[in-house]
Amino acid sequence: MDYSQFLYMKEELSLIAVILIIFVVDLFLKPGKRQEAGQARFAIVLPIFLMTIHTLINIIPGTGNVQAFGGMYQYAPMQTIVKAVLNIGTIIVLLMSSQWLKRKDVSINRGEYSVLLLSTLLGMYFMISAGHFLMFFIGLETASIPMAALAAFDKYRYESAEAGAKYILTAMFSSALLLFGLSLIYGTCGTLYFDDLSHHINGSMLQIAAFVLFFAGMGFKLSLVPFHLWTADVYEGSPTPVTGYLSVVSKGSAAFVLMTILIKVFVPLIADWQEVLFWIIIVSITLANIFAVRQKNIKRLMAFSSISQAGYIMLAVITGSAIGMTSLVFYILVYTVANLAIFAIITVIEQNSGKVSINDYAGLYKTNPKLSFIMTLALFSLGGIPPFAGFFSKFFIFMAAFKAGFELLVFIAVVNTIISLYYYLLIVKAMYITPSDEPIPTFKSDCSTRVGLTICLVGIIGLGIASIVYQTIYQYGFGL
Amino acid sequence: MISIICYLIVSTIMLCAGIYGFFTRHNLLAMLISVELMLNATDINFAVFNRLLYPNGQEGYFFALFSIAISAAETAIAIAIMINIYRNIRSIQVDKINKMKW
Repeated sequence: MDYSQFLYMKEELSLIAVILIIFVVDLFLKPGKRQEAGQARFAIVLPIFLMTIHTLINIIPGTGNVQAFGGMYQYAPMQTIVKAVLNIGTIIVLLMSSQWLKRKDVSINRGEYSVLLLSTLLGMYFMISAGHFLMFFIGLETASIPMAALAAFDKYRYESAEAGAKYILTAMFSSALLLFGLSLIYGTCGTLYFDDLSHHINGSMLQIAAFVLFFAGMGFKLSLVPFHLWTADVYEGSPTPVTGYLSVVSKGSAAFVLMTILIKVFVPLIADWQEVLFWIIIVSITLANIFAVRQKNIKRLMAFSSISQAGYIMLAVITGSAIGMTSLVFYILVYTVANLAIFAIITVIEQNSGKVSINDYAGLYKTNPKLSFIMTLALFSLGGIPPFAGFFSKFFIFMAAFKAGFELLVFIAVVNTIISLYYYLLIVKAMYITPSDEPIPTFKSDCSTRVGLTICLVGIIGLGIASIVYQTIYQYGFGL
Repeated sequence: MISIICYLIVSTIMLCAGIYGFFTRHNLLAMLISVELMLNATDINFAVFNRLLYPNGQEGYFFALFSIAISAAETAIAIAIMINIYRNIRSIQVDKINKMKW
């Protein structure tokens, strides 16, 4: 065997090294001293530092597509960019969870949190670079099993355990459906390599059934509408940094993988999956927006908002073109910074005052003007108001779908953008206009949260203006 | 020799029984058992397709092995979370796990 093949998966290897270092260091920390400030700071900064190094050494895309291990592992330069986006999201999540990790009841399993979080990231890496359905399935499960443990991480809060149970049961159910679909594909084609499959798929009834089961499984992971019922409960119950991770990193990687598999494997069924996606996009965006309007809890509102954002992401998937792929990755990047800014603010407010209802945000501008300002910019970006990055990412996605001939779909999506603006602006109105007798008291958020918010703010303002980002992604969009 | 259709009928019945159980049972453990039934149905499928349709390769057997291992890991996590729920509310009945809805 040629061991130099391992060098092709240098991103995975360096992430494994990061996980091992964090694991071993956590093993040798003295249990009695965990609550001391110095050690807490060390245990929180170490994963962030290592992840930053890991991101920086892997940020330059390789040249050309490579296969390793007989086609099990496939590398394309585009994947490096997606992995870098996921890394940035993970670093922001680690930054914003620092205040929560300093709490007394979480101090004992601080190391576990980073290890679990990075294990899910490793699963996503393998899922993205898979060249075989077995590799894809293992990556998918490596991404979703530790996620259930993270959702149930707050051991002494009942809601967290409830969220974990709901997540793991739906994840198991969906992966069972997905596996049944894969077994039918194996039965009709005799192989599960992505490259070989596209020659064998011919659109027989059994293969259509297999595709439907596969898509249902992926729909659960992406929380598209007929499969979205777990989303709001899990988002509300999980610890808030985990919710942010779930809504951005996990969803972004699943969307990218769905698009690569649809393009690589199910290309002979393109008319069928475009038909399926067409209806799913309409239902996801519309229903999620309508349900978001009636929410009182801000985490539930963001859950429904993320369902409708997943619908917008599917708008890029339906095109099946290189421009669609470019706009998908750009959308995920912009969505990462905007959504994580909001979740970081929800986290600090929850940690400092324990409030998560939208009505509690009334009068936030008077007491915490900086936080309200960043929150407003992030909400504008999510809603798609120019000149923020969200406007451009939505514009590129609509343009790609319009070019592919889905004019009606783009029209419905644009109408829905206006509905989504309504509930985003409800939060802004609560913060700036609605008077409140007992607003959230003034507080100073801790250093790493501020660093995270600064990264998000630079992203929200800069990504829309700096066209170099979109162009760099566009260069690699064809090399899929 | 038993024809492939018979095996497929068995595995499909197992899958549908699992789905039915998942939606109708009111106990978390019973729901977990139903999901395991679904996962085992897929393992039967992989083994049968490999043995009867493509006897030259080993792909299906390996897939079945990996999926058994992964479903064991999932079960471990699920049971750990259920114990945590039981410690909090002294019950694992689905009707009681309703603090968050709508």
